[in-house]
Amino acid sequence: MTAAMPVPKPQRTKTIPGRIWAAIGLPLVAILLAMLVGAIVIIASELLVGGGKLDWTLPWTAYRALFGGAFGSTDAIISTAVSTAPLLLAALGVGFGFKAGLFNIGAQGQYLTGGVGAVAVGVALNQASPLVAIPLSVLAGIAVGAAWGFIPGFLKATRGAHEVVTTIMLNYVAISVVAALVAGPLNTPGSISPITGDVGQAALPIFIGSNGHVGILAALAMVAVVWFVLYRTTFGFEVRAVGANPDAARYAGVRPRVLTTLTMTICGALAGLAGAGDVLGVSHQITSSFSTTVGFDSIAVALLGRSNPVGILFGAILFGAMRAGAAQMQIQAGIPAELIDVIQATVLFFLVATPVIGRIRFLRGAQAGIDTTQITRSYGEASH
Amino acid sequence: MDPLINGLYGIPILGILVQFVGYVVHVVPNISPLLLQAATPLALGALCGVICERSGVVNIGIEGTMLASAFVAWIVGVAVAPMFPGDPSPFFGVTPALIIALLAGLFTALLISLVHAWLSISVRADQIISGTIINIAAFGVTGYLFQLIEKGSPTSAGAFSAFSPPPQLVQIPLVGWIFEMFLNQGPIAMSVIVIVIVMQVLLFRSRWGLRTRAVGEHPRAAETVGIDVVRLRYRNVLAGGLLAGLAGAFLTMEASNSFQTAMTNGRGFIGLAAMIIGRWTPLGAFGAALLFSSSQAIAQSITFNPPAGDLGTILTAVPAQAYDMLPYVVTIIVVAGLIGRSIPPAADGQPYEREAAT
Amino acid sequence: MTTPAGASPGPSVVLAPALEMRGITKRYPGVVANDAIDLVVRPGEIHALLGENGAGKSTLMNILYGLARPDEGQILLDGADVRIAGPADAIARGISMVHQHFMLVPVLTVAENILLGAETMANPVFLDRDEARRRIRELGARFGFEMDPDAKVGSLSVGWQQRVEILKALYREARILVLDEPTAVLTPQETEEIFTVLKRLAAEGHSIIFISHKLYEVMEIADRITVIRRGRVVGTRIPSETNEQDLAELMVGREVQLTIDRGESHPGKAALEVTDLRVADDRGSEVVRGISLEVRAGEILGIAGVAGNGQDELVEALVGLRRPIGGTIRLGGHDVGGHSPRAMNEAGVAYVPADRHRFGLILPFSIADNVVLTSYYRAPFAHGWVRDDDEINAAAEVAISAYDIRTPSATARAGTLSGGNQQKLVVAREFSRDLALLVLDQPTRGLDVGSIEFIHRQVLAKRDAGAAILLVSAELDEVLELSDRIAVMYRGALVATVDGRTADKYEIGLLMATGGRERGAEPTAGVSSGGTP
Repeated sequence: MTAAMPVPKPQRTKTIPGRIWAAIGLPLVAILLAMLVGAIVIIASELLVGGGKLDWTLPWTAYRALFGGAFGSTDAIISTAVSTAPLLLAALGVGFGFKAGLFNIGAQGQYLTGGVGAVAVGVALNQASPLVAIPLSVLAGIAVGAAWGFIPGFLKATRGAHEVVTTIMLNYVAISVVAALVAGPLNTPGSISPITGDVGQAALPIFIGSNGHVGILAALAMVAVVWFVLYRTTFGFEVRAVGANPDAARYAGVRPRVLTTLTMTICGALAGLAGAGDVLGVSHQITSSFSTTVGFDSIAVALLGRSNPVGILFGAILFGAMRAGAAQMQIQAGIPAELIDVIQATVLFFLVATPVIGRIRFLRGAQAGIDTTQITRSYGEASH
Repeated sequence: MDPLINGLYGIPILGILVQFVGYVVHVVPNISPLLLQAATPLALGALCGVICERSGVVNIGIEGTMLASAFVAWIVGVAVAPMFPGDPSPFFGVTPALIIALLAGLFTALLISLVHAWLSISVRADQIISGTIINIAAFGVTGYLFQLIEKGSPTSAGAFSAFSPPPQLVQIPLVGWIFEMFLNQGPIAMSVIVIVIVMQVLLFRSRWGLRTRAVGEHPRAAETVGIDVVRLRYRNVLAGGLLAGLAGAFLTMEASNSFQTAMTNGRGFIGLAAMIIGRWTPLGAFGAALLFSSSQAIAQSITFNPPAGDLGTILTAVPAQAYDMLPYVVTIIVVAGLIGRSIPPAADGQPYEREAAT
Repeated sequence: MTTPAGASPGPSVVLAPALEMRGITKRYPGVVANDAIDLVVRPGEIHALLGENGAGKSTLMNILYGLARPDEGQILLDGADVRIAGPADAIARGISMVHQHFMLVPVLTVAENILLGAETMANPVFLDRDEARRRIRELGARFGFEMDPDAKVGSLSVGWQQRVEILKALYREARILVLDEPTAVLTPQETEEIFTVLKRLAAEGHSIIFISHKLYEVMEIADRITVIRRGRVVGTRIPSETNEQDLAELMVGREVQLTIDRGESHPGKAALEVTDLRVADDRGSEVVRGISLEVRAGEILGIAGVAGNGQDELVEALVGLRRPIGGTIRLGGHDVGGHSPRAMNEAGVAYVPADRHRFGLILPFSIADNVVLTSYYRAPFAHGWVRDDDEINAAAEVAISAYDIRTPSATARAGTLSGGNQQKLVVAREFSRDLALLVLDQPTRGLDVGSIEFIHRQVLAKRDAGAAILLVSAELDEVLELSDRIAVMYRGALVATVDGRTADKYEIGLLMATGGRERGAEPTAGVSSGGTP
């Protein structure tokens, strides 16, 4: 067939506001639309269970409570930071995978195993000097999370097993492994319910407020690290090259198998660090019901931030704030915290439905949606 | 006979193995209806996966579809039950409220599948993201509404009841438990076996099945012989949605009579696992679902009623969670091709763009 | 009903045409793929459509099959004006198409593939598979072969898959059968067998449109031949009244080509020595079959050949993208066979690919990143793991000015450049260092005249600077214009080698199309550096 060459559009020079709009216009509109849908859900649910009386201002009350719970006081801001940190780390990992064309749905499992790894070492060293206990516990969390990411990476590189399937399965394996460990080897002797010991000296120091642990600073630092690796190192160049054009990357001398394995391992390490941070910084011990919403949240954040570490930072703060403020919303407005999930799903929906949203006139200037619209490659050809 | 068995028991490992088989043979007939009940949502979820993926659309939103349908079926049942006073019919305990609730659940699943179909087929978005959206949204909306509704302590609309097979059939030695397994069931569980067989036959013997398989493997080839790839994929995703919806309704209308937050508890994903291990065939997927439910049932049986002797010691030493994660581990092994590779349809997950007709 | 081959098909024949296409015009952005094409096909006729790749044959057939809509013109079937809405409509009107890349589902059986879309039903739900099997066997027997309806298509040889495609058409009771390059993937024996089948079909009254660029084949099989060049019909011939030279001239064209002064070449010692190289394609069949060649420093060896004769795989093996299955590749005396692309690159191999969007550029990346695509990891562009953006941008600025790449800045995405500027970018990267071997695969495909001339001058400059250059192109004019020696590649082997300056275009065109079998030319297994007459 005569393949008609795509005619390139002439390069348009953009003003600074124009560029900013191009970068954030679409996510911003998606968020606003999602808030709107959230408001409609609130009102609709009043109709459903409100018993006839309809309070049109309830969405406003709810969002105000949500905002107050997230940013209304120093404590609120700190708790937003605490819930942002794991989200940020896991999403950095997911976004890193996106850059290489890999879809890691396994952040949840990597977070859980990372948390268990950290607590295992932390409990063992709970009498040791913090200078020893903390680094070793954190490293254990990173290592176990990385191993949990290495498995799907290695299986993809060597056996062609698609990472979407293997990471979903590994999430559930992780839940079982955590439960078995907490009920078994890690169980506090003498306790009736399955719960691990306290990490003691391995707990992360609090640097601000009552619960602002240093893991928050580490997460922020990782934004810079990941950004630097992606855009300033040769390895980051290889990762992005494989994601953008695997054939050209191969010609450029990248070894796709090694890179796939390594990238998934890094995804796992970041999610593992997220788990370690939460366990060592917040809960200090875990029960067999240790669980997280980080898995799906981090996918949403990575998509919202377009896989860019700085974008991910803003996305993570947004969803971290929502998670942190949800309790306040529930108390003050009686709106269940699950509204956050509804908003999150709606944001994703509008981001993915870009081709449709893109037809709205004032959005033409904004770049066509998430450049990661088609991340999953060759699911069907997973076996070569 | 006894001396022989005792002799076999004497050989250490083999003895343990024989004891285990003996234990399973002893346990399974006693809990046989439970096996099919536990397998029902898994099998229906897997069939949803089969019907979608055979036509080339990956659906990881089964879990969410199931959850939403379970919730809507339950809440609609609760809402309409007071309008239909009267005793349930002797036939599966059917009431008008239950019928309306079931239809509402199915309709919900249909709507959700329509979103997935639109995003995956028309928008050509990433199908994994689309499925993820459905899972998050279903979890959020059902959890949100359930919290609000729960405060009013709603009364239940009841549930389908099981059919009682004639005792003569159930008491047949050796095979009676099989009849009990398939007949001592509510309407949805009982229909699963029918759906599996019908789908297996249709997929490999009917025009729809042939076209579905072709579209999932090589959509362009199908288009060149005049098949409307987009329409066929839409239909299959919607039909798959009905199956996932039936699985959801089963949870709140047959297996129990109430809803719990996130009550699907990974069943949609085990369904996906069963689909993969069953190699994208209805019968295989059903077999895998039955295998998974059996392994968990046996695990429970071990906890409550461990076998005597060495075997009991060994089995109780294995953490119960090992059985929980079995389906997932087996799936990883199979997709990695370490034991018998399972190959998805060639065009699975790839959005199809019509040859430019300009 | 039938028109015997060779009978005079002059205007006196009153038989109404089975198909008539009038004034078909189809424009794509920047290209007129079909320009007022007329085509008349009679019942029982094998009508060949002859033309080079990209001449517009496939576009015309896609229009006939409803896969593309013409901008102008009309289609008449049995004298009636029709609009063909899509493949289903075409099939319903008795038109069937055998695509060059078979439209078969490998995991389905022969019967399932044939039934697909034209199902024989036992009842409204189920297929009548027994009836289908019976009809398939019967149809096969009618045209002289025995087809097992239950065999999996993926397990059949290419020749048998071709038969399945033909049976697919017959099962739908097609009256007009279009075959797009049906022999491209067949062995000579398989080709003969398919020809027998096609002749029987024509004898039964089917009209066959046979698309090809192989002259001897159309001479053998066709009743009439319509030649297309650059979207236009340039002539219609009857085999008995023409010959291969005449057809080759029509197909390739006579127009005088602008030539640049290529100057004298001063070949040095052998830079690339390839011995008995064998390479397989993605499906594992050997498509480079024992090639031996030598390229000396400071000379250009052109490889002429119709696309699909193994050139892609040869080139990929030379640049390290494909592992050879046999033979040796020596560069400057060192064995480099099977080395990675990076090792090849470091050994001084540069590569301008035919598909710059695949191997040449990463379109979402900046121009600067594309300039350092193969050297990003070493000094001065990186120190250890850290990239040096200043050096990278400096190199990009140099490339932009040296190769006249029209862009607002070095940070613009490569995807925003025009095709010509994209190719200049590839050339800038690959040429900007000391080269042992330069592999050019259709380096000017799809470019405007200005860019072509620019790139040609750069290539000649590299030759004069002492690089050994291997130029592979389906554009015969390009090969003739640049090459010091020309080897003709046919079915995975080099069949002849000639001096680039004295080469005769029609002679080479004939060799490309026939492999030299008609003319009895000496097929040579390899090309030695002294291969000039």
